[in-house]
Amino acid sequence: MSIWIPLLLSLKVALWATGLNLLLGVAVAFGLSRWRSRFRDLVDSVLTLPLVLPPTVLGYYLLILLGRRGTFGAWLDHWGLSPVFTWEGAVIASTLVAFPLIQKAARAAFEDVDAQLEAAARVLGLSEWAVFFRVSLPLASKGITAGALLAFARALGEFGATLMIAGNLPGRTQTMSVAIYSAVQAGDDAGANVLVIVASITCIAVLLLAGRLTPDRSSLRLT
Amino acid sequence: MTVELAIRRTIAGAERHFELDVAFQSQSRRVVLYGPSGAGKSLTLRAIAGLLTPDAGRIVLNKHVLFDSQGQINLAPQVRKVGYLFQDYALFPHLTVAQNVAFGVSRGVLNPRNGAMPETAKRWLAAFELDTLARSYPSQISGGQKQRVALARALAAEPDILLLDEPFSALDLPLRARMRNELTALQKHLDLQMLIITHDPADVEALGEHVLEIRDGRIFSDSVFASQ
Repeated sequence: MSIWIPLLLSLKVALWATGLNLLLGVAVAFGLSRWRSRFRDLVDSVLTLPLVLPPTVLGYYLLILLGRRGTFGAWLDHWGLSPVFTWEGAVIASTLVAFPLIQKAARAAFEDVDAQLEAAARVLGLSEWAVFFRVSLPLASKGITAGALLAFARALGEFGATLMIAGNLPGRTQTMSVAIYSAVQAGDDAGANVLVIVASITCIAVLLLAGRLTPDRSSLRLT
Repeated sequence: MTVELAIRRTIAGAERHFELDVAFQSQSRRVVLYGPSGAGKSLTLRAIAGLLTPDAGRIVLNKHVLFDSQGQINLAPQVRKVGYLFQDYALFPHLTVAQNVAFGVSRGVLNPRNGAMPETAKRWLAAFELDTLARSYPSQISGGQKQRVALARALAAEPDILLLDEPFSALDLPLRARMRNELTALQKHLDLQMLIITHDPADVEALGEHVLEIRDGRIFSDSVFASQ
């Protein structure tokens, strides 16, 4: 089987996961950075869970929630939208796993924005939306970009949760990392070698690009 | 043009307990609120701009009620029509000088492009002799130039009153004297309503028409000098 199919599928899934996280992660990060509540730390911990939980555990949660026997999954299935064993399922898994990387980077970036600049924009008559799009977001964009690249790399390598919810259907849900696992299991060392080399080169390319896009390399650090 | 203000606000922190209780009225075009740091000057200025909500009181600008705790009125900073000159100018570092000046003129959700400046912004750029710096970023210009940009940005939004927070403290001494003269001339030329807070007696000397001294959160003395 062509090595391009799992590679392209992995890229497609990772791009979708990164795009979704740019909307979701940035929105949640902005909300959390402005939220004054004693529940903030608790919510933050829950949102960070995907970073520390084994991906198989996340995959299991997803199966319970979205599987055909799950309440939400049964409802989705009724409308023909079940994500189990589909590439969209892989997107959901990758999005969840990569979410904390963008959310944390974006939140730190938003908290770094000088509150005085936002105050200045308000006094100049800008609506809260305009303050966000014209001041907060552009000033946080560097940190967000760094987070997005890490999230992309993480989504590209996603294995455990993807395998649980999307399975291992060659040509449909078999991403690169799953294909490598399959090749090794099947004793196809030659196939595994090629895939591993392609995966390594792709990841190096992503990291090089990350370095280009973020001149300040320290911002790529995971904090 | 009148300012009428009577506000109370308690700031209770771990290290500091502070009670602000100031009240004054003024018909003057140049009001100076003078006092040491920590006396409550900045809090008062922030309250007028709507960046700080008093616990109780009333703020009226030209019969336009900005805040009234009894009437449950608390206008958003966006609609108060005040200009604010921040102590460190708070210029937007990601925008050019021209975009900074145009900031409050175009109020959409996107920043105007450098090439598409509204007429008002162009006029203010010219008035402050900033034309040649239009495409520079705040990090590339000097302290005096930054102050001009901040003034142009505040005035381009056509405020009813200009609030100035220690306007010269970020400048070195010779420049301070020059910018004081510039500001005085500008005030006379445009017949601006200004409220300045400062701890510097030289500012009081140069700009004060109605001088209110503030200490420990209270108005300590109130003196009106003849307009020069």
